[in-house]
Amino acid sequence: MADASSLGFWVVPIAVLGGAVRVSTPFLFVSLGECLTERSGRINLGLEGTLVMSAMVGYGVSYVSGSPWLGVLAAALTGAVLGAVHAVICGLPKVNDIAVGIALMLFGIGLAFFLGKPLIAPKANILPAIDFGWWTTIPQLHDALKINVLFLLGVVLAPVLVWALRSTRWGLVLRTAGESADAARAMGYSVNRIRLRATMTGGFLAGIGGSFLSLYYPGNWNEGLSSGQGITAVALVIFARWNPMLCFWASLLFGGAAALGPALQSVQITWGYHLFGAAPYILTLAIMIVTCSPKRTLVGAPAELSITK
Amino acid sequence: MTFAVTSKAIGGRLIGDRFASTAEVVVIPVIAVIAALIAFGGFVGLFGVNPVELYTDMYMGAFGTFFSWQNTLTRAAPLILTALCTALPAQLGMVVIGGEGALVMGGLCATAAGLALLGAPPVVVQLAMAVAGMAAGGFWIAFAGALRHYRGVNETISTLLLNYIAIAILNHLVEGAMRDPASLNKPSTHSIGDQNMIGLIPGLGVHWGILFGVVAALIAYILVFHTVFGFSARIAGGNLRAARVVGLPVGKLILTMCFLGGCSAGLAGMVEIAAVQERANANLAAGYGYTGILVAFLARQNPLACIPVAILLGGIGASGGLLQRRLDLPDASVLVLQGIIFIAVLASDTLYGRFKIFQSKAV
Amino acid sequence: MNFDKLSRRQVLGGTAAIALAGALPAKRAFAADYTVGFIYVGSRDDYGYNQAHAQGAAAVKKMSGVKVTEEENVPETDAVEKTMESMINLDGASLLFPTSFGYFDPHILRVAPKYPDIRFEHAAGLWVPSMPKNIGSYFGYIDEAQYVNGIVAGRMTKTNKLGFVAAKPIPQVLRNINAFTLAAISVNPKVTTQVIFTGDWSMPVKEAEATQSIVNAGADVVTMHVDGPKTVVETASRRGVYVCGYHCNQAALAPNFYLTGAEWDWEDLYPKFVTMAMKGEKIPNFYRGGYKEGLVKSSPYGAMVPDAVRQQADAAKAAFLSGNFVIYKGGLKDNKGNVVIPAGPGLVQTDIKLESMSYLVDGVIGSTS
Repeated sequence: MADASSLGFWVVPIAVLGGAVRVSTPFLFVSLGECLTERSGRINLGLEGTLVMSAMVGYGVSYVSGSPWLGVLAAALTGAVLGAVHAVICGLPKVNDIAVGIALMLFGIGLAFFLGKPLIAPKANILPAIDFGWWTTIPQLHDALKINVLFLLGVVLAPVLVWALRSTRWGLVLRTAGESADAARAMGYSVNRIRLRATMTGGFLAGIGGSFLSLYYPGNWNEGLSSGQGITAVALVIFARWNPMLCFWASLLFGGAAALGPALQSVQITWGYHLFGAAPYILTLAIMIVTCSPKRTLVGAPAELSITK
Repeated sequence: MTFAVTSKAIGGRLIGDRFASTAEVVVIPVIAVIAALIAFGGFVGLFGVNPVELYTDMYMGAFGTFFSWQNTLTRAAPLILTALCTALPAQLGMVVIGGEGALVMGGLCATAAGLALLGAPPVVVQLAMAVAGMAAGGFWIAFAGALRHYRGVNETISTLLLNYIAIAILNHLVEGAMRDPASLNKPSTHSIGDQNMIGLIPGLGVHWGILFGVVAALIAYILVFHTVFGFSARIAGGNLRAARVVGLPVGKLILTMCFLGGCSAGLAGMVEIAAVQERANANLAAGYGYTGILVAFLARQNPLACIPVAILLGGIGASGGLLQRRLDLPDASVLVLQGIIFIAVLASDTLYGRFKIFQSKAV
Repeated sequence: MNFDKLSRRQVLGGTAAIALAGALPAKRAFAADYTVGFIYVGSRDDYGYNQAHAQGAAAVKKMSGVKVTEEENVPETDAVEKTMESMINLDGASLLFPTSFGYFDPHILRVAPKYPDIRFEHAAGLWVPSMPKNIGSYFGYIDEAQYVNGIVAGRMTKTNKLGFVAAKPIPQVLRNINAFTLAAISVNPKVTTQVIFTGDWSMPVKEAEATQSIVNAGADVVTMHVDGPKTVVETASRRGVYVCGYHCNQAALAPNFYLTGAEWDWEDLYPKFVTMAMKGEKIPNFYRGGYKEGLVKSSPYGAMVPDAVRQQADAAKAAFLSGNFVIYKGGLKDNKGNVVIPAGPGLVQTDIKLESMSYLVDGVIGSTS
């Protein structure tokens, strides 16, 4: 067994790697879900509420049923229901989707806290991890490689979504609704129905992200659980240019950033941990400033999206 | 051609029968709020709470006694100011959600100004604090406006990110460079001093922030609806391309509206320091900025309507305690109720123009 | 409190208010019962700071002739001033326990002078004689219990590395880190404590990451000072390292890894205070105590703690109970090499200087800024 101190500053990159894998999963699922929703031409800022609400439901179902996988399913369905609420309200004429998102964020968080009070104390069964680090004798690396199935699911899902959006009929219809509602209508599709499905799928995925929070890492239910990860993930989609693969890399980056502060403290860099905590936000803003342009809309941005118009 | 259509539409809306359209914007949200209250009553009914008892208790807690009114108005005070941070840029069609960050930066800079001038006459200190707070909040949101105008960065996302950044700066400074070493277990800056506190409105027992809020909302209302500047802003909000075609200075409009909105939230931060906290610390980020967004949307971005809506939400906040203590409901009941009201009012947007009663008079 | 003014305003405010006030007589508690209000900054069942106080409130609830009114998630803004006034004006509370540190200055200091007949009891505040006499500040020397944690941790570690997940570098927290480390060193001179500050009182993901970092740095016993220790306890046990609890008993969360824990004993104190207040006796304005006074206690040892270690920890407890044990001895050095306590008898627990501690002792890896 290697002595921890012999690793020296290598502790930091290993921690960032481990953090990237551990912390990124909620970002990944929320951003993939939001990516789908936005590609259909609508923005759902309410995924923070979805994340929190589904985390609570997932935890509750796992606690009552004893099966964390049932919890994941319940969380995903909760997300789909909240997605449907968003889509139905936004389907009414003249309703602003950004504002409805903010409202659903408030509602989702409120409902989760309201119904989740009795779940703060109990201990539910949580999801297992798969050990990919059996070959190494460095305990830090070994632990960083204990990976949850949901993360792997996300790893597979990202390229699948890229392919599905590009090459399937379903993807084409979805993108058409996002690029030009009139064109989709001309093709005989109901834009509202396409967006309803996209938002429900988005909510479904965000719900899985929520279940990861409560059922794997940190793996409990309390009111500070998300602390803004859902809303960060929505920002991340723009950062990732509505591309599922870039969402994946961006999620890893944000996850790693969360591990950076504590890891630096463990090697005696103690200055400014509040600022390190805000690093992902500063980074996102900086990249948006560099890559946006007033002359043209963003590369990859769905034309129907209210925030890019 | 696009412009002709738009201008006619806007002109029609403005010049048409004021009474009918006013009635419409009052009646529809009121119906939505009542529907939300009924829905929430049904919701708590599922948990064995009698809705009649619920609303009697809420009325007591919010408006039932003189003390309840004090409680409600105290909570409403910062909300009017932070709501304007969303409502003013909204005239241009922008969705700014950075009130929290502007409030934090305003409070922080107001504190810095107050501490720099300690020893000066209180009026001077207070004025300097107000100016510093407004300037800091103003520039903070104007920065997001500039990013939007010059770089095409979406303002909703940038103001959201700026909130997190502002809070990190606040924590970094109050636990570091600006910390009063004597602030033991609650890291804070030095106190701005009792003599520099702006205090309560005599006879009312509510701090001056509520008056600042009302005045700011009035000024904003006049600016938006009774000046050429406001008219230009609303044209630009209706159709940006048209505004450019007729030569409106879109950039100037964006920067000014964002600056003014930020000023307002920054002033809320200054009031939070000078009327409540005496010193800056982590408690400055108490979520008023986020509730302000709710107020602005419920007020349909009308600065004047922000006043009653802020009082309504202040009242819900004030009665939240009674719901916990008397009906044994969780504190999150307030969030659920706010969420339901918010959703109902937004969904009611679809009802505009559907009722003949409001239309017939306008023709 | 001016009831005349209140009712006159009610009349001015409209008859509806009167009618409603009249419709709710059963809710009013002015009559027989003595009403005590508790205010929490977070959630009542957080396995931590707030739960410890809520357990104290639950003990008060069992007393006869007492009515308890509670409100949770009250922020440290003027909202808490209004909650206190609301408990006084609408619930008829005579004794209040606003339990979060941040409620004290300026909020309690502002409300108390308006209600001279109401008693305000605050945890951890520093009451000085120039402050209103109806305010009391009480607190426990929980660093004594962290000292006992440290003895167990120092004996149980195999890597000689301990971990401490802390919220902010403030005196209460530093005092716990130092007591924990000094105790561990006293039984095992090779021990060091790695501390990581999360920057906030309740941030589960950051707390989990901090715990991961500490375990990665080699620590095999972890303790903490955050508002809700649940996340740290669970994360550490999932990494297979021991934990010492804080605030209240978290053994149920990690039965195989929970060595012991530093707990508040508000269940003991609060009924005492309420009885004194009901009898009209004077509660001291400044009240502090440790094991001896019954303000703190230790969680029962986990099954994995051997007898020899238990005896050593019990001996430390006995020393605290006898009242003449000094944690912070003369000649104490901080981790930058400066002497922070001059040579001599050291600082006894009651010494007010300890309540403004700003250093980490030799043996702690970390920095206060």
